[in-house]
Amino acid sequence: MNTPAPAPIDPDNFETWLYPDRHGLYCVPGDFHIDPHTSVRRAVVTHGHADHARPGHGAVLATPETIAIMTVRMGSDCAGQLQTVQYGEQTQIGDVSVTLAPAGHILGSAQVVVDYAGRRAVVSGDYKRQADPTCAPYEVVPCDLFVTEATFGLPVFHHERPEAEVEKLLRSLADFPERSHLVGVYGLGKCQRLIRLIRAAGYDRPIWLHGALNALCTFYVSQGIALGDLRLASDAENKLAGELVLCPPSALQDRWSRRLQDPVTVFASGWMRVRGRARQRGVELPLVVSDHADWPELIATIVDTGAREIWVTHGREDALVHQLGLMGLRGRALRLVGREEESA
Amino acid sequence: MKAFARLLDRLVYTPGRNAKLRLLGDYFRTVPDPDRGWALAALTDGLPFSFPVRRTIMSLMERRLDAELFRLSRDYVGDTAETVALVWQSSRTEDGAAPRLADVIATLELIDRNQLEPQLEAWLDQLNATERWALLKLLTGALRVGVSARLAKLGLAQAFDRNVDDIEEVWHGVSPPYAPLFAWLEGTAAQPDISGAPVFRPLMLANPLEDGDWDQLNVDDFLIEWKWDGIRVQVAATGDDARLYSRTGDDIGRSFPELLESFRFNAVLDGELLVVRDGEVAPFNDLQQRLNRKAVSRKMLDSYPAAVRLYDVLMLDGDDLRERPTGERRQILLDWYARTAPPRTDVSDVLTVSDKASLRELWSNTRGIGIEGLMLKRRSSPYLAGRPKGHWFKWKRAPLTLDCVLMYAQRGSGRRSSYYSDFTFGAWRPGENGEPELVPVGKAYSGFTDEELLELDRWVRAHTVDRYGPVRAVAPELVVEVAFDAVQPSPRHKSGVAMRFPRIHRIRWDKPAHEADHLTALVQLIAINASMNQ
Repeated sequence: MNTPAPAPIDPDNFETWLYPDRHGLYCVPGDFHIDPHTSVRRAVVTHGHADHARPGHGAVLATPETIAIMTVRMGSDCAGQLQTVQYGEQTQIGDVSVTLAPAGHILGSAQVVVDYAGRRAVVSGDYKRQADPTCAPYEVVPCDLFVTEATFGLPVFHHERPEAEVEKLLRSLADFPERSHLVGVYGLGKCQRLIRLIRAAGYDRPIWLHGALNALCTFYVSQGIALGDLRLASDAENKLAGELVLCPPSALQDRWSRRLQDPVTVFASGWMRVRGRARQRGVELPLVVSDHADWPELIATIVDTGAREIWVTHGREDALVHQLGLMGLRGRALRLVGREEESA
Repeated sequence: MKAFARLLDRLVYTPGRNAKLRLLGDYFRTVPDPDRGWALAALTDGLPFSFPVRRTIMSLMERRLDAELFRLSRDYVGDTAETVALVWQSSRTEDGAAPRLADVIATLELIDRNQLEPQLEAWLDQLNATERWALLKLLTGALRVGVSARLAKLGLAQAFDRNVDDIEEVWHGVSPPYAPLFAWLEGTAAQPDISGAPVFRPLMLANPLEDGDWDQLNVDDFLIEWKWDGIRVQVAATGDDARLYSRTGDDIGRSFPELLESFRFNAVLDGELLVVRDGEVAPFNDLQQRLNRKAVSRKMLDSYPAAVRLYDVLMLDGDDLRERPTGERRQILLDWYARTAPPRTDVSDVLTVSDKASLRELWSNTRGIGIEGLMLKRRSSPYLAGRPKGHWFKWKRAPLTLDCVLMYAQRGSGRRSSYYSDFTFGAWRPGENGEPELVPVGKAYSGFTDEELLELDRWVRAHTVDRYGPVRAVAPELVVEVAFDAVQPSPRHKSGVAMRFPRIHRIRWDKPAHEADHLTALVQLIAINASMNQ
């Protein structure tokens, strides 16, 4: 057991009532975990990505969208009990009050606002500040303790304007009309956001999908997020020369892609900012489109919350904690198990 | 900088040759002078300057970013210039004006070294991340975007629907930013005048001799020469000026001052660059000591004396001889050489062969006497640029072969990115415990057909025993017959040997792995080679 010996709870000392144990981040006075990576009795889940939303918990509390995504991905029996709360709706759990606030990461993503004995902790999950037509915008929640992600916690990460990145893609389609354009995207969030951006840029031809992306796109459409003419690549009668095809990153370079006409491999991710990362994946057209905060957004958000104490989770904690020191804030690296580089 | 940065950014990620040509062509067609000319210079012969950028940017960064944050960023990115390009906080707005490539070049040509840092800072402030990266690349003088000078010229030719050899022909008579060249390509001016200048004339290249060629071959129609193991060069001299060009038109004369000094004639000659000691051709390795040197020491000149073995003449005293038949040019070359005999040159012998049987015998003996093979030049052929079919043939000595066992496979790039197409193979040697073990002896990416590639790919996937990142280790069960041109000792390889030009000759689906060759077989081939070169 990694759980520290129970110390007397001091509301002013956050580490006595909110800390990582072997399941994930545990809130003592509420007796629940936030985004636990193994099954627990009671979980609050920030969003539907697989490294945050796992099956097998006794009870799950999340936004209606996140619950619906979990059901689409893992079935309706993915937890003993599923409880939905709207953004801004207050729920009492044990001795704490829990509110979910929009995180701007993907559809249904939420920050967990925990109020206890006059102190407020905000666990942000994954978040971004850039506009995203597929989800509610990030909401700043003033707090005493802010728990932030640091996926892109290095000064090299500045995400480009997503519209400019989509322009690059459409330009390449015009430059190489005889080649398929195969875009690697994460199935939940990035896929649908990118389709919306492509549609907003005026592209109204069919967009072809790898089968693994289909269910979540259908779900987004059912949530009122129009994605235009989508078709399955497996139904195509030719090699889709000059067409846009979307697939999960793992299919970019494998046998699946052989059905396409000399494909230009495209990858939409915040990692594409760094040339070595793009080349490593054999990407021909890297697009810097991310659903995570970049370095300037991380710092601006920390400042916006007014928090005096900042805990930094998954990603490049070292640089961000160092930066917090330069800003005169108390930063602490919080090493949580089970976080992956998904959906960046 | 905008269009230039976009071009470099696309080129660096684009593996396909045709796609690169398209990107280059689009750039040359749409970008105005003189920017496109400077870009062409940067992609071909280089710009007339380079700067010690590293120190300058480090000094700039110290003032702009916390040292620890820079260190962490640098560690992550792996490249200092790219890190600077990424972390720089630019003040430029989306539509703000960025400096033009031509303005940047004009400033750099005149800049005082101690003005470089403030100027660079001002530019970095006006550029976006991709443009900052392109600027820093430009300053170092080496773009390294996977485009050779030749490919850039091909892109240029394609952009204006011209033959690349026409561009090569005038190339050394024009200089950056090449406005007259572009004007000619666009049809608004005449071809740049290169008469009287020691410019490069595109070479005539030979095709490998195929079975079909052999069947139709009549030995009397051909001049037959040894194929020399040196470097193909062109000597272009006007009497008071001389140049030495590589096969691709790169000016390599700087490394060979003693040759340029000797070339006091007015002619364009075709020949082989060799190191020759007391009339004996030294091994290729000796010639390599002389290549790509900016300064050549006295000792170098004495230890590795260079010479050109001539075999053709393209121009003589202002007359263009390229329309004349090969046999006639040969006679002109001999007559001229008898009169002038410039130092550090000789003429490649023509071999006397009476019939096909003796020609084949001559070829069979090439490896035994340490010769690379034979050249067969049709007597009636004019000197044609490029690699025209049916005129000149090279007949390389038969390759060596070895049965090896496939050990590792890696996926290729571009069109082959979903296929395991890069193979590492090994030979047996006694292991520590007495059991035979495999040691890698080489890598091959070619030699198989598309169908064979499919079969190999399937086999690799089905026989993977381990993975190291992108590399798959396979069960030691498949034998491939590897063909290679030569083998040399190499302390850098675990096996102690290195093959020259290895390729997969045949896949031996039928052969059990334990019957594959042993390392000793390769080592013996080195010994044989060494004794031949004595």
